[in-house]
Amino acid sequence: MLRYLLKRIGYILLSLYFIVTITFILMKVAPGGPFASERRLPPKLEEQMNAAYGLNDPIHVQYFDYLLRVVKWDFGPSFKYVGQSVNDIINRSFPYSAILGLESILLALSVGIFLGVVAALYHNRFPDYTAMVIAVLGISVPSFVLAAVLQYVFAFKLQLLPIAKFDSFAHSILPAVALAATPLAFIARLMRSSMLEVLNSDYIKTAKAKGLSQRVTIYRHGIRNAILPVISYMGPLVVAILTGSFIIETIFAIPGIGREFVTSVTNRDYTVIMGTTVFYSVLFLFSILIVDIIYSLVDPRIKLTEKEGDR
Amino acid sequence: MSQQTIKESDFTPIQYTEAETEKIVGESTSYWKDAWRRFKKNKLAIGGVIIIILLAVMSLAGPYMTEYNYYENDLINANQSPSAEHWFGTDNLGRDMFARTWEGAKISLFIGLTAAIIDLIIGVIWGSVSGYIGGRVDEIMMRIADILSALPYLLVVILLMVVMPQGLWTLILAMTITGWINMARIVRGEVMRLKNEEYVLAAKSLGASTTRIIARHLVPNMLGPILVTLTLTVPSAIFTEAFLSFLGLGVPAPLASWGTMTSDGLASLRYYPYQLFFPAFFISLTMLAFNVVGDGLRDAFDPKDKR
Amino acid sequence: MKKVLEVKDLSVSFHTYGGEVQAVRGVSFDLYEGETLAIVGESGSGKSVTAQSIMQLIAQPPGEYKSGSIILDGEDLLKKTEAEMQHIRGQEIGMVFQDPMTSLNPTMTIGKQIAEGLIKHQKLSRQEAYERAIELLHLVGIPNPEKRIKQYPHEFSGGMRQRAMIAIALSCNPKILIADEPTTALDVTIQAQILDLLKRLQKEMNTAIIIITHDLGVVANIADRVAVMYGGKVVETGEVDDIFYHPKHPYTWGLLASMPKLNEIKEELQSIPGTPPDLKAPPKGCPFVTRCPYAMKVCDEHMPPYTNVRNKQQTACWLLDERAPKVEPPAHIMAGGLTNDE
Repeated sequence: MLRYLLKRIGYILLSLYFIVTITFILMKVAPGGPFASERRLPPKLEEQMNAAYGLNDPIHVQYFDYLLRVVKWDFGPSFKYVGQSVNDIINRSFPYSAILGLESILLALSVGIFLGVVAALYHNRFPDYTAMVIAVLGISVPSFVLAAVLQYVFAFKLQLLPIAKFDSFAHSILPAVALAATPLAFIARLMRSSMLEVLNSDYIKTAKAKGLSQRVTIYRHGIRNAILPVISYMGPLVVAILTGSFIIETIFAIPGIGREFVTSVTNRDYTVIMGTTVFYSVLFLFSILIVDIIYSLVDPRIKLTEKEGDR
Repeated sequence: MSQQTIKESDFTPIQYTEAETEKIVGESTSYWKDAWRRFKKNKLAIGGVIIIILLAVMSLAGPYMTEYNYYENDLINANQSPSAEHWFGTDNLGRDMFARTWEGAKISLFIGLTAAIIDLIIGVIWGSVSGYIGGRVDEIMMRIADILSALPYLLVVILLMVVMPQGLWTLILAMTITGWINMARIVRGEVMRLKNEEYVLAAKSLGASTTRIIARHLVPNMLGPILVTLTLTVPSAIFTEAFLSFLGLGVPAPLASWGTMTSDGLASLRYYPYQLFFPAFFISLTMLAFNVVGDGLRDAFDPKDKR
Repeated sequence: MKKVLEVKDLSVSFHTYGGEVQAVRGVSFDLYEGETLAIVGESGSGKSVTAQSIMQLIAQPPGEYKSGSIILDGEDLLKKTEAEMQHIRGQEIGMVFQDPMTSLNPTMTIGKQIAEGLIKHQKLSRQEAYERAIELLHLVGIPNPEKRIKQYPHEFSGGMRQRAMIAIALSCNPKILIADEPTTALDVTIQAQILDLLKRLQKEMNTAIIIITHDLGVVANIADRVAVMYGGKVVETGEVDDIFYHPKHPYTWGLLASMPKLNEIKEELQSIPGTPPDLKAPPKGCPFVTRCPYAMKVCDEHMPPYTNVRNKQQTACWLLDERAPKVEPPAHIMAGGLTNDE
């Protein structure tokens, strides 16, 4: 177990190293980038950047300096907002994104699993068709379209919920729904097919043959097993929520890290782009590790050994 | 049962021919015929195919059905609601939304199909080489794929779009640079599974050449999953294009894209909801059509319960 | 002997997209206290459906009980509600399935899977149920039961899993144990162990066993009586010795001829040519008619009635009608007899 963890963390560090290197190279070749030789900066920032990155140093020195800073979790000053460091921006914006993200993940998981189970239990009957229509719409309607529709209907027309910003729980409802819709639909479909398979399995017959009630059979023997594929979908789920937040936070004017990333992209604020990219990668890689650990706890057949850990 | 109806003469022996004894119940069908038969029964998927065909036709014919073009500004007639003159209305620069919608369809479908085909080519080659050779080569090839996919797909595409000059082909390049990995993994999985199938081992032990095994045994059996993945790549590519265009990283103006149109529509949502409606509706419809066709193909090729 | 179960004229159909499949068509048999009844037949003969019907494990839809009754303790199980059936299942009737690899819940400990039924039916506390589970594992011959109950199915071998399945099925001392091909998925050496275990437990607990199998070796090893099924019907039934030594139905002959015998070296194994009937459109007459070498005109049109042959042996074949030509069973069946009979 410990060996496995160390090996996995090793791979994560290796991946991170590649990511940091690639972003460095990209920023180097980006027109007008911080490390490009042609750049026009306000003198004050030029000074700051120089202090931080040694812009006139040879490229390999710049590279190692940058690596070292990343290791120390220091992403330097913003390229566009004078006086703000990338760390400031991340620290300020991440809590909003974390709240929104967790809300969406909970929503996607609970409603997705519920829809999937109901659909499987009423296979080829009305609740099944309803759930699957919802699911196929959830997959097909892009999140930004759904966000716009929700804003129009619930904020403009019905005036039930606030249209934007992020000051209370009510503010979070529409963006959380918009962000959760697509992964929710995926989970519903996944849960449905997995539940159908489990319900047809021999051990469900065994459970019935023991005289267990339908409720106990479905909960204790059915859902417990059918939920395993959903747990392995948690990694992609985190990604969907992360990348989905770029657009949703922009539409709903939420001062989260997703919007900061989009702003930095439009502003070509390269240091922020690099910093958030590395931050996202760390978040993503470690959540995948956590998901794998959870999976091994839920499924007794999976032991965290090197062989199965190879992925 | 009444014994009276049975006569003495009924007790004469009869002979059944071999055809009668060995009568196979139900008609026998080939893999493809069987899949096609199941696909045809899926009304939703057939509907999806029809929608895709209509969208494709309209993306080519649509722009010629109106006298307006997609790029010409007409500020006097800006923000006109749908009318006999401008069927889908005009946008904030007075451009005809009908023309722009179909121009957007053209770009979305083009990007979706091109990206899917490039993913297909790279993915199939990478996946089948990796899966067929196996061993060390497989490990290295898959490790490369792993590292490439260590970053979330959209993040990679966005980063690439930041550093590369904007344009249609840049977009496709950015989308395919890691997009093929999914296809490669599926093809590799199929090859690994199939090459250990007994009929392939049988063919090998009978001395069939590698080319023959790949052509006769592997390819036909992999086509199903590949086709399904291909079909489902299209909506995801269309979504990515719209997503990027929405963020202002997609195709450059004045090219019309459903993503930019949605983004513009969102800005004037309060006053001109129709400007959002048309692009949003058509992008959703297109993705829906491809998704149901992909689902239909999956059910047809790999029926969980054979009907 | 006391009759514990009576199946009368049971018919079960499945509604599929291709039409109604009449899987079981008027099957009747009795089961007596402490005896073992083997239901024998090839795939699709309706033997598994019959077994699952007794427990009412057939999903409705697509399944449907068309007619008949299943009498346990004077009550018709087919008339019972789902809630009433839950008291029968596990408590009065236990069931063991074919594939021990898939019939245990992979994410639940063996102990819990045994304890579940005990807690439900015998109202034991968790603690008591686990203690009983340890006893049961010991009873079915699993060493180290204290440690084993905390393990998951994947930590058990196939034979061990089937023992655990038997422990689950017998946990509440049921009157009847239904074993649906309990040895088919196991290695030959393990098969014998499982059959021996069933025999020993039957003696200790006086359970009546219905064993579903296509393997005549299993029948010879364990059964007291045999019902041969073909095309959704019982074509011949009788004491095991009568079926093996004096079979009257050509299908039983075919089955016996397809079985290897130790004392005949030269003899090739015989197969029965042809395929079983399509139960979407079952034949009007004898289901075996198209494959029967002795088929007569009458067989095509009329289902043969049961003829009492000897002891309790009953056979549904027109050859036993006095008007039929006299046919002797193939010599090699009779001559060889049965070698792996005890």
